[in-house]
Amino acid sequence: MREIKVDKIRAAAADLAKEANFVLRKDVLGALKSALLKEGDQRSRKILKAIINNAEIAKKEKLAICQDTGLPVVFGEIGQEARVTGGSLAGAIHQGLALGYAQGSLRRSIVKDPLSRGGSGFSPAIIHTEIVPGDKIKLSLLPKGFGCENKSQIRMFKPTASLEEIKRFILETVAKAGPDACPPFVLGIGIGGTQDYAAYLAKKALLNKVKSQKSKVKNTNQKIYKLEKELLKEINNLNIGPMGLGGKTTCLGVNILSYPTHIAGLPVAVNISCHALRSAVKII
Amino acid sequence: MRHLKAGEEISYTGKLYTARDQAHRRLVEAIHSGRKLPIDLKGGIIYYSGPTETPKGKIIGSCGPTTSSRMDGFTLPLLKLGLSAMIGKGNRSPDVIAAIRKYQAVYFVTYSGCGALLARQIKKKTLVAYLDLGPEAIYELEVKDFPLIVAVDSQGNSVYKQFKEKGLECPDQMEEIMIN
Repeated sequence: MREIKVDKIRAAAADLAKEANFVLRKDVLGALKSALLKEGDQRSRKILKAIINNAEIAKKEKLAICQDTGLPVVFGEIGQEARVTGGSLAGAIHQGLALGYAQGSLRRSIVKDPLSRGGSGFSPAIIHTEIVPGDKIKLSLLPKGFGCENKSQIRMFKPTASLEEIKRFILETVAKAGPDACPPFVLGIGIGGTQDYAAYLAKKALLNKVKSQKSKVKNTNQKIYKLEKELLKEINNLNIGPMGLGGKTTCLGVNILSYPTHIAGLPVAVNISCHALRSAVKII
Repeated sequence: MRHLKAGEEISYTGKLYTARDQAHRRLVEAIHSGRKLPIDLKGGIIYYSGPTETPKGKIIGSCGPTTSSRMDGFTLPLLKLGLSAMIGKGNRSPDVIAAIRKYQAVYFVTYSGCGALLARQIKKKTLVAYLDLGPEAIYELEVKDFPLIVAVDSQGNSVYKQFKEKGLECPDQMEEIMIN
């Protein structure tokens, strides 16, 4: 067993909060820059330039990329040979994130009670954990903004549903998100499992690198890889464009994660991310 | 404001009030119960925004627009009292668009997801009301060269409809969803 003190977890969580919110992911920035090269519409180009410029200012001035610093969602991979000492693992993650949000002058976006609202603060986060081999703890933080989270959807398809029906649902979800959810988007899609697991996979898929149309990084499942490519092309033909004002750049990338499911069902979840797709990773 | 056309881009220098979900709810409750409002809506501009905390040495933190459609249900009473413009992101409901036309107001959008960039154009921030709402409090902002795009003009023309009418391609089944 390897012992890991909670202090280390707390410090790592605090760093993750600042890094994810100040520094736009390299793959996202790269996808925005390659979209700018391809975009012909003058206004779309202007908006894409503003988005890229915004990321540069945020990094340089240690300012939040977006004022919606999200609901922090943590994906933890806990090595089965790691033993956390000195306190609670979940507690350390919540405390560390709240500390990082405060240090980084981020936003108090979390209301304690969803019905009575009020008293907004920096915590709690949502923590998903997975037990994995090894003696390390890997924490991935995805601060999820709610302009796009509000537009995310799930549908329980019949097991006999065609791929066309599934694609149509995904395209409709994107069209409904339209200008409200800060396009260009990145799409996380979860296919299979149960209703809750598909939604989890859709969000988790956003942690994966954004694969642009020309990307050489291929999904190992050929059918999924093909679906990702087709969806990206069809979404970019919707003409929603940056800020929903038209243009070729509606989606920067489509990331699908799939899982075995039941003979009676086919859950499909679509998690929409705005262009400010933020996440950061630390291995402890 | 009245001469501005949907799709037009302008730079605004002047004053704005930030207000979003909970502040809207309170303003409309105050109107309905006949209480005095903490801001003068006549000729005023509301920016749908809730900034981050203010970092040391800065005027304001990241401060971009939030989704406007969430404020649709609270907008008519504010327009009736003379609100002249709103700034946010995304589409508005047909009711709000009709009211914008009726009261000769304007709805602008600004660069969404660009709160760090927009913060540079904010020169002063003063707390006006509802401090207990944290990021949802009402602040008066003084802005300089704040970039705006007219999304709905005083004639009720919407930029979102306009780009569709330009004949830009959009699959048939999406048409209805996109306009709604």
